Amino acid sequence: MSAAVEMEGLVKRYGERAAVAGVTLSVAAGERLALLGHNGAGKTTLMKLMLGFVPSSAGRLMVLGEIPGDVTSPGRRAIGFLPEAVAFHDSLTGMELIAFYARLKGRPLHEGRALLERVGLAHAADRRVATYSKGMRQRLGLAQAMLGRPRLLLLDEPTSGLDPELRQGFYDIVRERAEDGAAVILSSHVLTELEERTDRIAIMDHGRLVAQGSLEELRAQAGLPVVVRARLADGQEVSLPVPPSAKLDTLRDVLARNPVDLSIAEPGLDDLYAHFLAGAQCPS
Amino acid sequence: MSVLMILAGREFRDGLRNRWLAAATLVLLGLAIGLAFLGSAPVGHVGASALAVTVVSLASLTVFLLPLMALMLAFDAVVGEAERGTLLLLLSYPVRRWQVVAGKFLGHLALLAVATIVGYGAAGLAVALTAGVSQWQAFVVLVVSSVALGAVFLALGYLASTCVRERATAAGLAVGLWLVLVLLYDLVLLGALAATGGQGVVAVLFPWVLLANPADVFRLLNLSGFGEVRQFSGLAGLAGDQLVSPVVLVAALVAWVVVPLMLAALVFRRRAL
Repeated sequence: MSAAVEMEGLVKRYGERAAVAGVTLSVAAGERLALLGHNGAGKTTLMKLMLGFVPSSAGRLMVLGEIPGDVTSPGRRAIGFLPEAVAFHDSLTGMELIAFYARLKGRPLHEGRALLERVGLAHAADRRVATYSKGMRQRLGLAQAMLGRPRLLLLDEPTSGLDPELRQGFYDIVRERAEDGAAVILSSHVLTELEERTDRIAIMDHGRLVAQGSLEELRAQAGLPVVVRARLADGQEVSLPVPPSAKLDTLRDVLARNPVDLSIAEPGLDDLYAHFLAGAQCPS
Repeated sequence: MSVLMILAGREFRDGLRNRWLAAATLVLLGLAIGLAFLGSAPVGHVGASALAVTVVSLASLTVFLLPLMALMLAFDAVVGEAERGTLLLLLSYPVRRWQVVAGKFLGHLALLAVATIVGYGAAGLAVALTAGVSQWQAFVVLVVSSVALGAVFLALGYLASTCVRERATAAGLAVGLWLVLVLLYDLVLLGALAATGGQGVVAVLFPWVLLANPADVFRLLNLSGFGEVRQFSGLAGLAGDQLVSPVVLVAALVAWVVVPLMLAALVFRRRAL
């Protein structure tokens, strides 16, 4: 099966500044990819390129088998988009808005209602969106993105402003869509929440892709130390940063000293992110 | 349902919901009734005047008010959506950019048309019931051309809205358009005519200079179109010579809607997101 999104040496320049500076990346159907990076790293530009909002300056980009640009093509219709800090026409109710977007996509109204229910907004469907909280707007944004069972979901900073419980619900929906065969690309700079919730992570910095892979692959690439901490019977505390390959040997040594407590801290996404960004800034 | 109708419908509903339509209708109705029944109070006569007199006073009011109302709706249309962030989402749907401009325009035009037809229509009906229906054609022309004048300034406002990056700039442009076309243009023209004593180049170009301003096209259409109205409006001399035929006037108004709107669509298509 061909990839949902394929980019090769993709470049987008605004004047002198390259917002995207040669990105090669592909995303398969059913895959969840997280784009990670600071504000201005090029995540949003990448999404605009995939939506055909802006033309690329160089390189190759295929989205759902098409070159982006034609807004009424079948491929474009199969994209669901949730923009960063999504905004709506506040004077309308949630139901009126989802009905508006459903009509634009040529979808039946009951689909809009079902999606409102799925994101937990059925109770507020008849309230004006002006009265919605940030989290409710974000969920309305997700509901409209899922209209028409898109084969590609582009979610720009989808979980900013969501509390942990809503965030969990949000990733449940993302997983559902991916299991249904949709490719999901979401951007974030909240790193820790992505662990275990995406299949692959792409780290961007200044328009470049500085690393990509699953969390395990990134850990292996970075070779960051695993920290083994133990409290021994005599009250002494030890903290041993060791390379991943030496993890088990170190554990055996520590166990041999009869610890009363033991913990292993794998490098988290934050550590990986810091590592790759530092590497990108001063290439060795 | 076509994309244009969906977009126009949302815009119209917005205008209903934020009470714009109700407020605009009430203002137009109140002013129209006031002018119709109290308009001749200063000359010692209170009561309904003939429909022809009402047409003259309403036309003078319309020239100032409807462009202002239209510009206030329009200046925000594109730049406001861009600034609030609703535009990006809308354009991720299968909607072409010219459809966004045209659809929103149709919705705004419907709002303006309903407010004008209901507001003026009710006042006209009240006058007709008390003072008779002679010159009703002039009144119909007034209502229809008022909506057309609104459409012109909507289109101009849309052009302003697509050309700028910030709402404040668009608002400033809208006010400027209103000042120049509605107020200053005629002042300058009058000054030029007076200075040259109504002779020479200015006098020859006069009809064409009037066509170059939609507000004047509207005035000519209403104040010189019908005999009785012409007398009351004091334009008898001017229009007696049939400076410009009504067909040309209507064509000029249509062009004043279509050209700015197409320019707006063109500019919007090139706008970076």
